[in-house]
Parts: sequence; structure tokens; C-alpha cells
Amino acid sequence: MDAGALAARVQAHLGGGQLERVEFRGEVTVIVPADRVLDALEAVRTAPGGPWMLTDLTAVDRHPAEPRFEVVYLLTGLQPPVRLRLKARLPGARPVIASATGLWPGANWLEREVYDLFGIRFEGHPNLTRILLPDDWEGHPLRKDYPLTEEPVQFIGHVPKVPSAIIPTSPPRR
Amino acid sequence: MTARQTETLTINVGPQHPATHGVLRVLLDLEGEVIVGCRPVIGYLHTGFEKTMEHRTYHQNIVFPARIEYLATFIEECAYVLAVEKLLDVAPPPRAQVARVILMELSRIASHLVWLGTSVLELNVTSGFFYCFQAREPILDLFEMVSGQRMMHGYIRIGGLAWDLPEGFVPRVRQVMEALPRQLDDLEAMLTDNLIWRRRTEGVGVLSAADALRFGCTGPLLRGSGVGYDVRKAFPYSGYEQYAFDVPVGTAGDAFDRYRLRMEEMRQARRIVLQALDRLPSGPWIVDDRKVALPPRPELVRSMEAVIHQFKLVSEGLHPPPGEVYHAVESPRGEKGYYLVSDGSNRPVRVRVRSASFNNLQALPVMLQGHTMADVVVVIATVDPVLGDVDR
Repeated sequence: MDAGALAARVQAHLGGGQLERVEFRGEVTVIVPADRVLDALEAVRTAPGGPWMLTDLTAVDRHPAEPRFEVVYLLTGLQPPVRLRLKARLPGARPVIASATGLWPGANWLEREVYDLFGIRFEGHPNLTRILLPDDWEGHPLRKDYPLTEEPVQFIGHVPKVPSAIIPTSPPRR
Repeated sequence: MTARQTETLTINVGPQHPATHGVLRVLLDLEGEVIVGCRPVIGYLHTGFEKTMEHRTYHQNIVFPARIEYLATFIEECAYVLAVEKLLDVAPPPRAQVARVILMELSRIASHLVWLGTSVLELNVTSGFFYCFQAREPILDLFEMVSGQRMMHGYIRIGGLAWDLPEGFVPRVRQVMEALPRQLDDLEAMLTDNLIWRRRTEGVGVLSAADALRFGCTGPLLRGSGVGYDVRKAFPYSGYEQYAFDVPVGTAGDAFDRYRLRMEEMRQARRIVLQALDRLPSGPWIVDDRKVALPPRPELVRSMEAVIHQFKLVSEGLHPPPGEVYHAVESPRGEKGYYLVSDGSNRPVRVRVRSASFNNLQALPVMLQGHTMADVVVVIATVDPVLGDVDR
């Protein structure tokens, strides 16, 4: 089953309106409604050509755009080798999505990491606590409105600069 | 006689413990000496690489991958650079591709030798540790010869290599590869039929194929359980489809299988290196695309255009088209991938490091269930986590 057929299977499984589908550099991404994400994952997990692995689960912050967050699931089928990316968009005000731990126990730590660094909550997760940062850390560092700061140093006349102040961001070309 | 009273005892291993291969902390619930529960605690080495990389240009980020995972340095550098090249849709010239394969496979051998050395040291085979590091040393010398650095190379560039392979590199690699089989044979002669080694590893840390897949384990951990998934075969990159090599697969999924498998992987890596040396073409080592790679030095004194390109690349960096890509390589620990999101500007919106160690370590409680305290060291060793990669 190739990525196109797999995307069609997800579409058929969810029914309803046409799902947004992006193809870039041979990689297929299907954008699924956030409240149906478990159905979409289940459609892939039970597809022929398995076993299916949840290779990665992560998030992207599109701040200040809305919907702000994207939760990204990267799925890999082994026979034949195929990859599919599923994506769900979440609002910045209340980023909550269902947990995939029931489908793949490996989602446990991955979701804890996304919670830790982005502050996205996964409903139904058995132990949604911080994983990389200390428990009493404030804020979620991979959010775009969480600033990157330089630690002050003792040298005289040195003003710490973040890397983006040295080479400023330049807008897209073309 | 009264019934024996037992109570569960929770003990803490790490984060500063020589047998945890870094700063890993494991909370163990013991009943007598039997493990009934295990909770790995990670994050002690979290340095926020992903956040840092989002604030730098694509070119500046080349230095980070080798620092995230410091044992298979060239593989890490290639993983990131290949992802950027996929985003840009740029293919490096053939010489660079073959050179990368040589360096990546040498990295694999070096990494597996560290794994074996530290693992046998934990089981009191002190001499094995020295043999492994002795065998690794000439490989690091080769890296130094190529890049000037033994570990943090910064030699792989977007679109190719920083400079050409040095003169005399090929014969020296051949020399090192010639010595390797004998060194591996010696190590295997010392371990494979060693009663203590077998008793300590056979049937220890068994991971079923189903569990490995459910936890997203990759690399020797997954292959030891009998699933022959190797990124080099499944999603070939850098021309791996042109090389003849086998993917060793285990049956029992125990620590002994993972040991056998890594030994065989080193032999297969050597096989790939020898094939790559035979076909190493001459020619350019970096793409001739001024929007991607710096112009060659001599051009700067003759061409104003080259100066402008140089200035733009250095002061702004390159601008990939908007989009997102994921590129994975087979690292010694499993699937290592970079997921890059670009909005068309000169720095990535998101850099996600898909780390094999992170997923592999998650299966630790399953592997330890019902084993004794003494096996913890063996099981952690055969998972082979690099904590810098776990915590990023």
C-alpha cells in the first residue's frame, strides 16, 4: 500500500468532507480534524502492509497564526516500506487532543515530551507529566513566544546576544 | 513457622552511575532481588538543542547533530544535512555521496566498538574494553585526518563536503579495514563461547517483536527481536541501494542476540566501506550551486558575482522553499531522523530530532520485568542509549 492509497483509506475511514492533503518532496501529509485523530490513526494501524509503527509524534507552533499548534504523527509501514504523516491542528487557547497511548504504548513518552515542551494536553494519557524539564519548570520552551535568552556572563563590555540577533531573520524568497 | 513477609523496596539507580552510560536514572521496585517495576527518569542532559536550532541558520546548525549524539558523529551530521538537502532538493555530487557512505560506516564501527567496550567492562571483562578502544582509535585517527577533529567534525556540508578527502586517505582506510576482522575475531573468541558472558546475556532482557514495534524501537533492538527493518534498505539514501550488504536479524530478542547482531553489523559495515573505496569517483565534492554552497576560494578574487554569493550565504544563509520534510538514517542505535519545517526564511520554523535512543529506552521496563537487579546493567548496556540523544 503506497502513501497515496493510505491517504485514501484515511479519507474513506473518516468520511465527511475532503481532507486537506499535501505532497512535498514525495512525502504525503494528510490533515485530519483534531477530534477524529484517533480514528485516522486506527485506520492506518489496521491497514494492510503492517506492522505499522508510530515512528514519531511531535508538534509545531505556528504562532501567531491560528489555529496555532499542529500535532504531527509520522507513521511507518514495514511491508512494503511506506511513510505517511498525519497532522491535526489545535487552537492556541485550548490545545487538547486525544492520546494515542491506547494504540501505540510508545506514544507515552512522545506525548509527555510534547506536553512538556509545547503545553499541548493529551486526554486519556496515563501519566501526563513533564519528562525532560524539572517538574517545577514554568512555561513550555518550544513555544514561539517563549524567548531564547543568553545567560549573563562576567566579562566586561560583553552584551549577550541570541543567535538570531547576530544573523537576523530574512524573509522568504521567490 | 510463620509465612515470610515480603515488601516492595524501591531503589534508585543513577543519574550518576557508571553503568547507566550517561545520566540516566532508573527507579526500581524490587521484591527480594526480583524487579517488579521500573521507571526510567530522563531529562538530566536536556540542553534544548531543538530550540537553539530554530534560532540559527541552516548552515550554522551543522555543528549540533554530532553534539546531540556523540558516538556516531558522521551519521548524525549526515542525517541533518540530508534532511536540508531534501528540503532544498539538492543532490550532492557522486564523490561526496560515496565519501559520506565511507565515513558513516566507519562511524558505525566506531560506535559499536564503544558499545561493546563499555558493555563488557560492566561485566568485568576489563581487557575487552581496552581491545575495543584500541580498535576504535585508528578510526578516530582517520576522522582526524579528514576533518581535523576526532569527534565534532563539522565536515559534512549542505550539498557535499567541506573539502576534498585528503591525499592518502583511501590506502589508510584499507589498512584499518584490513586489521578489523582479526580484532573482531579476537573479541568474539573471548566472548561468544565464554560461559560467564553467555550466562549473563542469554535469555536476559528479552523483547518480543510485537513489543518492540509497539514501542517504536528501531535498530539492533528491533532487529534482535526478528524484525528486519533497516532504514538503509527500507528508505535508501546516499546510494545505499547500490551496495551489497546483509541486515543481520536475531531470533530470541535477548541481550546475547543483540551482541551477535552488532558484531555482524560491524563486519557488514566493513563490507560497505570496502565497496565504497573501490567505487570512490574523482570529481567535485560539493554542488556547483551558488545559492547552496559557498563559491570556491580562487573564484573570489576574480568574480564579483562570487563575492556577492559568498556574502549573501554567510550573512543571510540559504532560503529553502516553504514545506516540511522528514529524513531518516540508520544510526547504530536505530532510526535517526530530522523533521524540518521551513517557512521560506533563512532559519527553520521547527527542527525535530527523532531519536532512536528515546524510543528504545521506553521499552526498558518491559525488558527488565521479572529479572534480577544484576541484569539491569546488562539490559541498559544492550539498549545502548546515548543520553545526549535521549534528552536533546
